[in-house]
Amino acid sequence: MLRDITIGQYYPADSKIHSLDPRVKLLATLVYIISLFMVDDVFSLLFISVALAAVIVTSKVPFTYIMRGLHSIIILLIFAAAFNIFLTPGIPIFTIWKLNVTKEGIKSAAVMMIRMIYLIAGTSLMTLTTTPNALTDGLEKSLSPLNKINVPVHEIAMMMSIALRFIPILIEETDKIMKAQMARGADFESGSIIKKAKNMVPLLVPLFVSAFRRANDLAMAMEARCYHGGEGRTKMKPLKYQKGDAVAYVLLAAYLAGVIIIKIVTNSIL
Amino acid sequence: MKSIKQMMIEARGLSHEYFRRDDDGNVTEIVNALSGVDINVKPGQFIAILGHNGCGKSTLAKHINVLLTPSDGTLYVSGMDVKDEDNTIDIRRNAGMVFQNPDNQIIASIVEEDVAFGPENIGVETDEIWKRVEKSLKSVGMLEYRDHSPNRLSGGQKQRVAIAGVMAMQPKCIILDEATAMLDPVGRKEVLSAVKELNREKHVTILWITHYMEEVTEADYIYVMDKGKIIMEGSPKGVFSQVELLREHRLSVPQITELAFELKEEGLPLPDGILTREELIEELNKCRLS
Repeated sequence: MLRDITIGQYYPADSKIHSLDPRVKLLATLVYIISLFMVDDVFSLLFISVALAAVIVTSKVPFTYIMRGLHSIIILLIFAAAFNIFLTPGIPIFTIWKLNVTKEGIKSAAVMMIRMIYLIAGTSLMTLTTTPNALTDGLEKSLSPLNKINVPVHEIAMMMSIALRFIPILIEETDKIMKAQMARGADFESGSIIKKAKNMVPLLVPLFVSAFRRANDLAMAMEARCYHGGEGRTKMKPLKYQKGDAVAYVLLAAYLAGVIIIKIVTNSIL
Repeated sequence: MKSIKQMMIEARGLSHEYFRRDDDGNVTEIVNALSGVDINVKPGQFIAILGHNGCGKSTLAKHINVLLTPSDGTLYVSGMDVKDEDNTIDIRRNAGMVFQNPDNQIIASIVEEDVAFGPENIGVETDEIWKRVEKSLKSVGMLEYRDHSPNRLSGGQKQRVAIAGVMAMQPKCIILDEATAMLDPVGRKEVLSAVKELNREKHVTILWITHYMEEVTEADYIYVMDKGKIIMEGSPKGVFSQVELLREHRLSVPQITELAFELKEEGLPLPDGILTREELIEELNKCRLS
């Protein structure tokens, strides 16, 4: 069950989205997230859905892969939806016990759920089509002006890519430790929340110990392969804008313009 | 200095000690991880270092890669003194290292990017990196996995990727520190044959550190270590002839050698140091004829 988290997992395929420069994809994701939180009307959401569907199809990533990331937030989604439905003030439609279900509540719950689902879909699409290394390269390059004010951009990017690389390994390890402790009678399922949290100790301690050990090993392996910081480092895949990136930027601008226009038009009609 | 130039690795009286401290930081014990180790490795050789856990073989490996510096004695790698800090990067580039845990030495999330990590660090040009990555992945037979995620590979495949990562720096020598210890028998065979091929085809010097006796029967020269010292050295035949001495140091011998030894103890006129099944069959046939 822990393996369902797809964040940071690359899906290799040969598509136009895969070959885009990571800087384009980072900016596009940012614009996409902002646009999601800008709109709340049907037409805009429809427009965003069409755009998202188009990108998913071009990316050649199977739909189920993208949706796998949703498993981990289902509970959060249900809670957030429930709060929205019951606690938004407005015209009540019907009442359950002392809670009013309002029209506004249902609408905001729906918008919120769509936003969350799209948010996960969009960001997983980015991580599924971009290798973590390309992603951190993109971040490193985009943030490199910060180097001038002594922000260690290269080091941060390196830490990020290592963290991403180790997420699946640590998840697998958690699974293993969990099973090992369960075999010795540990109980992770029953009891109150506090008891459950306490029961996590025999899981977390070995996990941390092994994470530190791994970090130590990895640092040594990196040193053994001549790693000495970002200075004088070359790249196997240096970032260079291609023709497709220009097209993508134009499409992104068109998308942003589309969202804004639809927003203005619907606002003036309603 | 001529003799140093000819040697790939030359250690004279190499010692390393570290302090074990209690919770307050007081030194409770001085541990001699290495004491007075002498080794000579000529270019192109396949050298094995044997010993059980905690005998100092990993400490020795880390010195050759300048991950540790000697407390005493001298160590020259490819003619460079390890004590001179300016040499560190050059030495690491000439003597690559493969570690035990395959998961903890792969840095990137894509096989080819991981292989490129070394060359990137030493500032190789982009075009050249691509050539080297292709060549090194080919040399370990992993070219078809170049755009895979390392997480989906088997242990043996991961170790071969790690070897390719070292090869891409074009080292003269590769040190494999228990590189097969965490692998299943298939993976172990895979890695060993990849390494042997590198040694044969590309004349890369190999320092194979292990506690599996079966793996080293074809080595050019063997060093056996215990408690930070070299206790035996010689050809595989010479070392494995001394079954009793090895047993004293809690080391076993290859199964075939052990069988031959037991048969000899029981009175069969067999020679010492039989290493392969074929040899044993031949000798047994000789016994039957006479």
